[in-house]
Amino acid sequence: MNTPRKVSRRRFLQLTGLTAGGLVLGARVPGPAALAGVLDEATGAALNIFVSVRADGTVEIVAHRSEMGTGIRTGLPQIVADEMEADWQRVKVIQAQANPAYGSQNTDGSRSVRDFYPVMRQMGAAARTLLETAAADTWGVPAAQCRAREHAVHGPGGQTLGFGELAARAAKLPMPDTSTLRMKAEADFRYVGQSLPIVDLDAMLTGKAVYGIDVQLPDMLYASIERSPWLQGKVESLESDAALAVAGVVDVVTLEAADGAPGFNPIEGVAVLAENNWSALRARDALKLRWSASAHSEHSAAQYLDGLAALVESGPGEVRRQRGNVSEALERAEQMVSATYRTPYLAHAPMEPPVATARVGAGSCEIWACTQTPQATRRAVAEALGLDVDAVVVHVTLLGGGFGRKSKPDFAVEAARLSRRAGRPVQVVWSREDDIRHDYFHACSAQYFQGALDAQGQVTAWLAREAAPPIGATFDPSVQMNSEGGLSQTFASVPFAVPNLRIESHPAPAHVRIGWLRSVYNIPYAFGVGSFVDELAHAAGRDPIAFWLDLLGEDRSLDFADEGFNYSNYGRSLQDFPYDTARMAAVIRTLAERVPWKQSLPAGQGWGFSAANSFLSNMAVASKVEVRDGQLRVLEMHGVLDAGRVINPDRVHAQMEGGMIFGLSLALNGEITFEGGEAQQSNFHDYPIARMQQVPPVIKTHIMPSGAPPSGVGEPPTPPVAPSVANAVFAASGQRIRELPLGKHLNV
Amino acid sequence: MKLTVNGTQRELDCEPDMPLLWALRDLLQLRGTKYGCGKGLCGACTVHLDGQARRSCQVTVADASGAAITTIEGLSTDGQHPLQQAWREHNVPQCGYCQPGQIMAASALLAANPGASDDDIRNTMSGNLCRCGTYPRIHAAIKSAQYTHAAVEEAKDDA
Ligand code: FES
Ligand code: FES
Repeated sequence: MNTPRKVSRRRFLQLTGLTAGGLVLGARVPGPAALAGVLDEATGAALNIFVSVRADGTVEIVAHRSEMGTGIRTGLPQIVADEMEADWQRVKVIQAQANPAYGSQNTDGSRSVRDFYPVMRQMGAAARTLLETAAADTWGVPAAQCRAREHAVHGPGGQTLGFGELAARAAKLPMPDTSTLRMKAEADFRYVGQSLPIVDLDAMLTGKAVYGIDVQLPDMLYASIERSPWLQGKVESLESDAALAVAGVVDVVTLEAADGAPGFNPIEGVAVLAENNWSALRARDALKLRWSASAHSEHSAAQYLDGLAALVESGPGEVRRQRGNVSEALERAEQMVSATYRTPYLAHAPMEPPVATARVGAGSCEIWACTQTPQATRRAVAEALGLDVDAVVVHVTLLGGGFGRKSKPDFAVEAARLSRRAGRPVQVVWSREDDIRHDYFHACSAQYFQGALDAQGQVTAWLAREAAPPIGATFDPSVQMNSEGGLSQTFASVPFAVPNLRIESHPAPAHVRIGWLRSVYNIPYAFGVGSFVDELAHAAGRDPIAFWLDLLGEDRSLDFADEGFNYSNYGRSLQDFPYDTARMAAVIRTLAERVPWKQSLPAGQGWGFSAANSFLSNMAVASKVEVRDGQLRVLEMHGVLDAGRVINPDRVHAQMEGGMIFGLSLALNGEITFEGGEAQQSNFHDYPIARMQQVPPVIKTHIMPSGAPPSGVGEPPTPPVAPSVANAVFAASGQRIRELPLGKHLNV
Repeated sequence: MKLTVNGTQRELDCEPDMPLLWALRDLLQLRGTKYGCGKGLCGACTVHLDGQARRSCQVTVADASGAAITTIEGLSTDGQHPLQQAWREHNVPQCGYCQPGQIMAASALLAANPGASDDDIRNTMSGNLCRCGTYPRIHAAIKSAQYTHAAVEEAKDDA
């Protein structure tokens, strides 16, 4: 028997950098040292850690976040280039290696722009100031009379020096005082707010873009790993002769897993190392393996969800937020409405599966990986190899999608351990089957709601109870209750002006690795909340959009502190990012104006609506569907987003289209089930993701114009989709579906 | 084994049953053709064999020898195939990973059926998955390539 090793909270944070709902270890933004310039004759002059200028005038801007499809490798440098007056045509984007000097590189939580917009401006302004000062020194005039414009500095007498000519001198200057930096007026923005094409576009269209799977090193081996089918199984017996006999196979290696929390550790497995992928895959099929049972090898998702549903229906859980007296209000209700919703486990399934390449030398290791978290990767690899963090270099490739899966560096640790063992570079390639069976799964959930309506159809009480395995359990198995960060994702942060309200939780022990997936707990909770509001509206005989606006109540800034709930606000203060109901109301009204919401439709068709606040943004979605003979077709989807100031509108529209299709995909088809601890799905035939035929021919997106600080974009478009479609199904057919995916109940 | 890839004869030392996908990627270093499922379900590995779109994970090297194989690297010499231009015009890619397969599938479709209808496009392109959800733009890009192509053909007629 293995006794699980308990990891202290401090140690857990060191290992993972994880706090409620995401990774935020260390400084969120870079410290003042980031502004120190370095002169490097060989490579050009670094004006600060993000900006270098070469003698030929090329401006190199570091992208320190990972490109997984949001366009961030373009968006952040776009801000720097604008603020420093660089010509975009002469900008080269350099992908950062893992380095805490950049601040957080954890590309998740829809926070790249919202956290780094001011930082990027500051870096651009600092670089510009140095170039202006260098010109002023050259000409012997006051710096205040020198202005950078279009890649050159212009002096009071019409003198001009190009950025390249000034670079070496500028880099020798002391770093500017950040408190006195002159920032550009917003009216003068040249690139911020412009739809610049992404810097990787040509490479992506010609097959030249390099993803994790495209790294190839001399003498490199490929590894394919058969892993324990259930959590914490161990190799009980292994016969590898047949595998070793396959042409091209070099070795078969057991990768043992430590006991205790799954964390970012590899799952126990047996790796085949071979000269090419095909040899590795064939040999892997020839392995004869038996796995030991574990505390999770009996896990059945169906039974587990039945249990969670029974729990939330059975009675009070732990109170997480409360105002007024719900029980009394329910007793006095003119009409009481209740419903239980269920959502399944989900897998991320990025088109590029996890892949990492490692080259371990004497006392050092280099990693190439499609990672969302370069610094966590570096720490995890250093820890696994017993190396100093400084001895590990992490190169970040393009990511063929991430969606949260590639925030977890277990695959890089596998590559590092295998490379050390083989004495050669090793690339670990997860097959699609590996990806789907051994994911950090998105939590399933059960949610129970009760609502009281008075004679006028006003909601007088809102009771909501949830049970869902928490992400925290992946790092500390004793955690069974969802965190405040988790409940801050729609469930406990409902913005409704209901006089009596109570939010409760029940425990849900985890039996699989739980991880975060695009928009995280907003997926299940926005489905529960968005469906239940629609049910209440129909019970009250009201229009669902008007009803939602009524529920929002008077315009106000929300703060749940005096109702006993410590709202996470996605890690930002309510001063910097207030939760204003007026912005949600405006998004909903705008949507209502843009869709023929009240048009009379042929029988079998209907509109459905929902909205959600997530990652500090507001998104509303209306979907039009047709249900005929048990066949569901989604005809239209319309989305309106308020994400504050937008840097690259075309990429925001693209994220809205993609995020809505992602939401549709999981609503129609997304479901992972377990029996005997094993995931029952393995590839796109049984874990289907939406195909072009399932995507409505009409998808319309609208961005609310705003000068507010930028907020999340990558995730907020997803949560309202599933409830909007389920609500449309009800409008079209009278069938209320309270369980995802919809494909369980209708042909999709 | 011998393969003709993008107009060049290549020799490779492998088992005849190796899927073309791995031969292209691991042995010939043509990494624009992507792995997504290995089962013919996603289209990320789409290449042309004698002008027809095929899933290279489902074709063995033995089956492919003798055919003219075109990969994304060989679709055009300058990245200016009408579909690549249309993809640029619509800023189609998000992560970009599925796009070589999408472009190869779409180019085979238009070569065989220049006037492909909306339904033809949806049916054929439904074999290619995009987890990022670029479908609306893929559809729009194929449509605009059709128009451009039609305009070019018309101009030729006039000449
Ligand atoms: S990899 Fe060939 S179809 Fe998916
Ligand atoms: S663009 Fe990312 S999978 Fe298609």
